Amino acid sequence: MYPSKFDYHRPSSVQEAVQILSGNPDAKVLAGGHSLIPVMKLRLAAPAALVDIGRIGALQGISRSNGSLRIGACVTYHEIANSADVQAAAPALAEAAGQIGDRQVRYRGTIGGNLSHADPASDLPAAALALGATLHVTGPGGSRSVSASDFFVDLMMTALQPDEILTGVEVPVAQAGTGSAYAKWEHPASGYALCGAAAVVTRGAGGSCTGASLCFNGVSSTAVAATEVAAGLVGSDLSDAAIDSAVGNLSIPDATGDMFASAGYRQELAKVMGARALRTARDRA
Amino acid sequence: MAGESNGAGVFGSSIRRREDPELITGRAKYTDDLQLPNTAYCTILRSDYAHAKINGIDASEAEALDGVIAVYTASDIADSGVPGGIPVGWLLPDMVIPEHFMLAKDTTRYVGDGVAIVVAEDQYTAHDALELIYVDYDPRDGVADPKKATEDGAPLVHDEAPNNIAFDWEIGDKEMTDAAFANAAHVASLDIVNNRLIPNAMEPRAALADYNSITGELTLYMTTQNPHIHRLLISLASLGLPEHKIRVIAPEVGGGFGSKIHHYADEAIAAWASMQTGRPVKWTATRTETYLTDAHGRDHVTHAEMAMDADGKFTGLRVDTYAAMGAYLSTFAPAVPTYLYGTLMSGEYDLPAIYCHVYGVFTHTVPVDAYRGAGRPEATFVVERLVDEAARVSGIDPAEIRRRNFVAPDNFPFQTQVALAYDSGNYEGALDKALETIGYDDFRNEQAAAREQGKYLGIGLSTYIEACGLAPSAVVGSLGAQAGQWESAVVRVHATGKVTVYSGCSGHGQGHETTYAQIVASALGVPYEDIDVIEGDSGVMPHGWGTYGSRSAATGGSAIASAAEKVVDKARTIAAHLLEAAEEDLEFEDGNFFVKGSPDQAQSLPDVALQAYLAHNLPKGIEPALEATSFYDPENFVFPFGTHIAVVEVCANTGHVELQRYLAVDDVGNVINPMIVDGQVHGGIAQGVGQSLYETAVYDEGANLLSGTMLDYAVPKAHFLPSFETDRTVTPCPHNPLGVKGVGEAGTIASPAAVVNAVVDALSPFGVAHIDMPVTSEKVWNAINN
Repeated sequence: MYPSKFDYHRPSSVQEAVQILSGNPDAKVLAGGHSLIPVMKLRLAAPAALVDIGRIGALQGISRSNGSLRIGACVTYHEIANSADVQAAAPALAEAAGQIGDRQVRYRGTIGGNLSHADPASDLPAAALALGATLHVTGPGGSRSVSASDFFVDLMMTALQPDEILTGVEVPVAQAGTGSAYAKWEHPASGYALCGAAAVVTRGAGGSCTGASLCFNGVSSTAVAATEVAAGLVGSDLSDAAIDSAVGNLSIPDATGDMFASAGYRQELAKVMGARALRTARDRA
Repeated sequence: MAGESNGAGVFGSSIRRREDPELITGRAKYTDDLQLPNTAYCTILRSDYAHAKINGIDASEAEALDGVIAVYTASDIADSGVPGGIPVGWLLPDMVIPEHFMLAKDTTRYVGDGVAIVVAEDQYTAHDALELIYVDYDPRDGVADPKKATEDGAPLVHDEAPNNIAFDWEIGDKEMTDAAFANAAHVASLDIVNNRLIPNAMEPRAALADYNSITGELTLYMTTQNPHIHRLLISLASLGLPEHKIRVIAPEVGGGFGSKIHHYADEAIAAWASMQTGRPVKWTATRTETYLTDAHGRDHVTHAEMAMDADGKFTGLRVDTYAAMGAYLSTFAPAVPTYLYGTLMSGEYDLPAIYCHVYGVFTHTVPVDAYRGAGRPEATFVVERLVDEAARVSGIDPAEIRRRNFVAPDNFPFQTQVALAYDSGNYEGALDKALETIGYDDFRNEQAAAREQGKYLGIGLSTYIEACGLAPSAVVGSLGAQAGQWESAVVRVHATGKVTVYSGCSGHGQGHETTYAQIVASALGVPYEDIDVIEGDSGVMPHGWGTYGSRSAATGGSAIASAAEKVVDKARTIAAHLLEAAEEDLEFEDGNFFVKGSPDQAQSLPDVALQAYLAHNLPKGIEPALEATSFYDPENFVFPFGTHIAVVEVCANTGHVELQRYLAVDDVGNVINPMIVDGQVHGGIAQGVGQSLYETAVYDEGANLLSGTMLDYAVPKAHFLPSFETDRTVTPCPHNPLGVKGVGEAGTIASPAAVVNAVVDALSPFGVAHIDMPVTSEKVWNAINN
């Protein structure tokens, strides 16, 4: 468990961090380190330099304004899971963060590191996708915003350029009539999501569904949205039967499998976990 | 710990483990924590191929790297003149024993087989250099499945072993057994895969070797369960150094589960590298190396059948097993699927005919050897699964069919059809206690009601027996062991009455420092706090055979009890002299010698010890000092037994198995420390539940290890498990001085069958007869839906 040699930088601002990244094409951003350092120790990754953004004040903190919640990239899972603001505004995100790894991991791992790493079996990508999160990114040319649906490109690939840093995540605050939830089936070995379902539903004045989103971690090479399920729910009364019926149409074309759960079985699990998440979201709406 | 220190009552009390404060505060020193001046660091390049010819190795870039001291290959070891061998320590008739050299010479035979050695100034450089060694491999086909490996045309692991068969072994009476099947009213039959396991001791293996070329002495600190065995094998087979010039020291050892019994190449390589470089050399396995080199466990493919008469009385058992040996024969590997497996096929049952046939099979995998339970979990799983299947096909309740077939309490000693003679037992007693505690009859009602509502509950019994504390040495030797199985102890009473105990066992988490002190406190009547226990240093204590096979209480503890008895005998002689009384008139109570009826005029053990050391006034013919050594060779194995019960709920939508309750009623004889016994049972159950629901080492068709990290190999986590319930019956071992049996492996032996029986019971409405371990959610879901 001895990584290859690397340089270490600890910038004090986002600008400085971006500058270092621009000058070091083989550099990697280090946040909580709980994904990057293990792969370095296994020598599956050997970055020439690490840019430790853990001390940049601008990347910390959770703030609420104008109907949205802004979470700094270096906010830890523990902070998110235990934030009253997140629990109220985006319960699916708090639930997802609270189920990542173990206590030690949750005290170190960060939302920015998680989403940038884009491990499809991690818990936050589906939650970010279902909640319609916006990701704020800074690079040498300035800042830009990317929607979660455009951010996750493929297995551990995102819309981030090598010299860009994810600085924060913006999540809409749930309005009256909207509920969200995250339900996780833990992989028995890794503890990652073998199947994780993030659901958001909105009920109109009459109680019927006016909007829905259901997204999954762990079943495909990226977090995926089950748009056909969401479409099937809109206009329904969100009864258990309506949810079961909508989820029955679930199909994940590129489902992945491993020795614990084949692609086909994961599809079946996704129906069960999707329905669980939807029911809880409905009850909160 | 006031109130826990009075000598005589200490045996049997739940004293807290004295080991723990150091361990949990990080003060304890493991091998990798040790620092010697001028240490160099060693890494080992391992084959990426399950099977390949080595055309050549180019290490020039690695050798040129700043900080690299040397790179060695097999030819360097051969040229150095050392024997270089990694021997097998258990011989079976007609067994094929291929050469096993410290590094692969021209062929690699499993992913992880050692190919080259780097010695460098620091760990980082030693690992960097591995990436600069270029091996020209010519990859060949490999085979990992032990049954497929025996088929014609399968890739050969060793040319000298046709069909990859290392040995062809049988026990029991084939003819008599076949006759029982010919006359059977019912036959239960199962095909069982006993899944391959990776040990996962918390501390990876490590060695720090310090060879002194002036004195010719090698000091080897290493992660071992048996320092003397390692000294012996390194001396005889690997390095050729005289035994008395080797000192093997086990510092704190963080678990082993068998994986640190065996003699591997790596520790010998560190020692050899120290001899070559003249510097201390440290090697520490990464977790990945642990997966690729620590001997794996289990890996059987079995067909088993039980014959019954119309009343469900067992009349015959027939078992046919293909047991993987892996690429080479590891230290005690041949014993595991033979004398630790076939001999246990009678279970707790009065079985009149048994026949068990085993092929030991070479495969292109990590060698397989003893892992917690070693053969007995495999046997128990076969027998206890088959008993449940027998219940299913005969329509008899699983508890009832067991009761009908148990060896009766008045039928001991009981000679089985497979060599073992059980010395004692009360199987129905443990079963009754377990059924009552779990509420068996109520459960069946609850189960029926739950099914009405689409809830699938299941209950599984495992009425197990195991044979541990292998002995006596002459018998073990006649079966092929190249080792004795007695144990040594020294009980040294110092002049002040304080006591140091030395044992040839070598604890690595079992709590010997506590339990051995409890034995001696009770035997000598001295305060528990006045007794220290030292193990794990071949330079300090007499030869011993170490800790494995649940032998440390029954064999090591008995050696200590025998040595303590000798101390008391000598002290009595001295006390009688001091009291001017006849020895036979003396009482010995709470550490005091006194003439019957005159307890006021006592000589305490410390009084006697002081006189023994001063030697001013000793009886004629009595030597000074007060200590004794014992080499204790037991008369027989010990036979723990009991009933374990698992209760599960299976979710029909997902196949998820929730282990709701787990009850263990064990009979391990007299109990030295109930808390430690409970701890052993808990840990064993957790590992057995791990095997039954989660853990499995998976090789692909080409013999590549797919479950090569903890991301893929599922060691159970605390939140997967319920709080276990434990209870005991007590049937003391009749042949050792303490009446104790073993407990270290009972949990892993009993629990897989209990859990799988419970799952199959839950799925009985779906007509499911068997599911192979690990019983994953997907397998259950498939069983329900297909």
